[in-house]
Amino acid sequence: MLPETYKSELKDRLQKVGNPREMVVDVMLEVQEFYGWFSDEALEQAAVLLGMSSLEIEELATFYNTIYRQPVGKFVIHVCDSVICWMENGYGELIDHIGKKLGIGMGETTPDGLFSLLPACCIGYCDHAPAIMINKTVYGDIAPAKMDEIIETLRQEK
Amino acid sequence: MYPQVLLKNRKKDRILSLEEYREMGGYKALHDALTDESFHPRQIQELLLDAGLLGRGGAAFPTGIKMKTVPDDAPHPRYLVCNADEMEPGTFKDRVLILTSPHQLIEGMILAAYAIDAEIAIIFIRREYETAARALEQEIGRAREAGYIGKNLFDSEFDCDIIVHRSAGRYICGEGTALLNALEGKRANPRKPPPYPTVKGLWQLPTEVQNVETLCCIPHVLKNGVDWFKTLAVSKTGAGTKVFSVSGKVNRPGCYELPMGVKLSEIIEDYAGGMLPGSRFKACMPGGASTQFLPESMYHARMDFDDLKNAGFRLGTGAVMVFDHKTCLVEATANLMVFFARESCGWCTPCREGLPYILDLLNRIEAGEGEVEFIPMIRQMCSHMNYSYCAFAPGAAAPVESLLTYFEGEVMAHIENRGCPFKIGKVN
Repeated sequence: MLPETYKSELKDRLQKVGNPREMVVDVMLEVQEFYGWFSDEALEQAAVLLGMSSLEIEELATFYNTIYRQPVGKFVIHVCDSVICWMENGYGELIDHIGKKLGIGMGETTPDGLFSLLPACCIGYCDHAPAIMINKTVYGDIAPAKMDEIIETLRQEK
Repeated sequence: MYPQVLLKNRKKDRILSLEEYREMGGYKALHDALTDESFHPRQIQELLLDAGLLGRGGAAFPTGIKMKTVPDDAPHPRYLVCNADEMEPGTFKDRVLILTSPHQLIEGMILAAYAIDAEIAIIFIRREYETAARALEQEIGRAREAGYIGKNLFDSEFDCDIIVHRSAGRYICGEGTALLNALEGKRANPRKPPPYPTVKGLWQLPTEVQNVETLCCIPHVLKNGVDWFKTLAVSKTGAGTKVFSVSGKVNRPGCYELPMGVKLSEIIEDYAGGMLPGSRFKACMPGGASTQFLPESMYHARMDFDDLKNAGFRLGTGAVMVFDHKTCLVEATANLMVFFARESCGWCTPCREGLPYILDLLNRIEAGEGEVEFIPMIRQMCSHMNYSYCAFAPGAAAPVESLLTYFEGEVMAHIENRGCPFKIGKVN
């Protein structure tokens, strides 16, 4: 359950806007941050806060790329697979490397619950291809060694 | 070196501060427009129209005309929306523009809002641009303290506030009308105009949607004049500069501000550092994933909306993606179709069903299972994309159609050899 203080803070903000519905993306992202993913419970909580039906929330939650309706790891690695990253030399090897390093495939989460791997559309850093986004941070010019370093740093951070 | 306007004050790894922006003459255009009593907001529309400023988000619609479609007696509040949901593969200019000078965008937005008497301005930004969103929020706060945003600006009757809205990631949200649905908290399906957003947009109120780069141009047009803006271009009908985001098989990918109408060859050779060692130019997409492949015969083409349109192409957003002779264009096109098929909102049938169909045929050709009759099948399906609800599906068909037109030989080689010639190692 969301703590009461958290809920009342969100409610205050919702009261300030003309129509609470316009904040649905913000609310979904914040509730998701609390639960770690957008679980059924998170969905119900968001629906109550916004005064929307859970079906309406479901329609939106499944629409957006960064609302996760399945459990994800603490660090969600979005790997760009659009054309510029894809045609970088060594892109295929890089993807294989990341999978091997973490021991998972695309769409999977490591057993320790730390990392999830997801394909992503162009993240707008084509001048630093290949690029990835982990949670809200973008990393560019990714090569296997740099990727290892990022993963190790995040492991220490946990 | 061509004159720099929008990226003139680009600093390495930091934004231009409010003080620096002011020293460069920033907010002067806003000050003058709001304090000169003989200056009517509608004059901004006229100036932008005379300057020939065309929307930089891909559609190249004249900014002044779009503003004029807001009726004089339209209800309030009115909205100005800055579209920073830049998500088309190859496009990253808006991120660079925001991170170069947030105040340039803020000033452009307030001026654009003033031109249509809009009191609420919203920046719709993609989640991947969190750094830019934070910079904007911080600088909006500074601009508010300095009296550039808020109530009774420069002691006038005009109020305007700016809000940053973060999206949760879908390419279709960048479509003008889908974006409005997204802002209203609805599923971001496009709307079918008319009524156009400038008449009934956000919450059924007048809303003008403009791209980041377009808005950034506005203070400069007002400050330096219409003729100055026109002479920045080197093509006959173009005006202003264009920020090209160059990526792919070049030595120095990045953003380059160049005159509208600069030659493609000049962008690649003189600015992007030429082709990578061992790479030869084969094709280029001039304006993101929804534009046609330019074949080698267009290598010296002028990168201008009209020039490319007359030759049967589109400049789009000016996101120059360069492909070399070692890249398989069938596979590259299939990659683009993965993007479009995944990002389609699924609302209308041609787009939802047609794009995976085209992708499947391309994948079969790439895998060596292609048949000659696939080519007319793909062409026919591409033509059906024109029956879709918005511009997404025709845009998705553009690279496919140009692949079949200009690189038919490469497609046929896949079919005849029962496999990808690039994988079999015949091309070096």
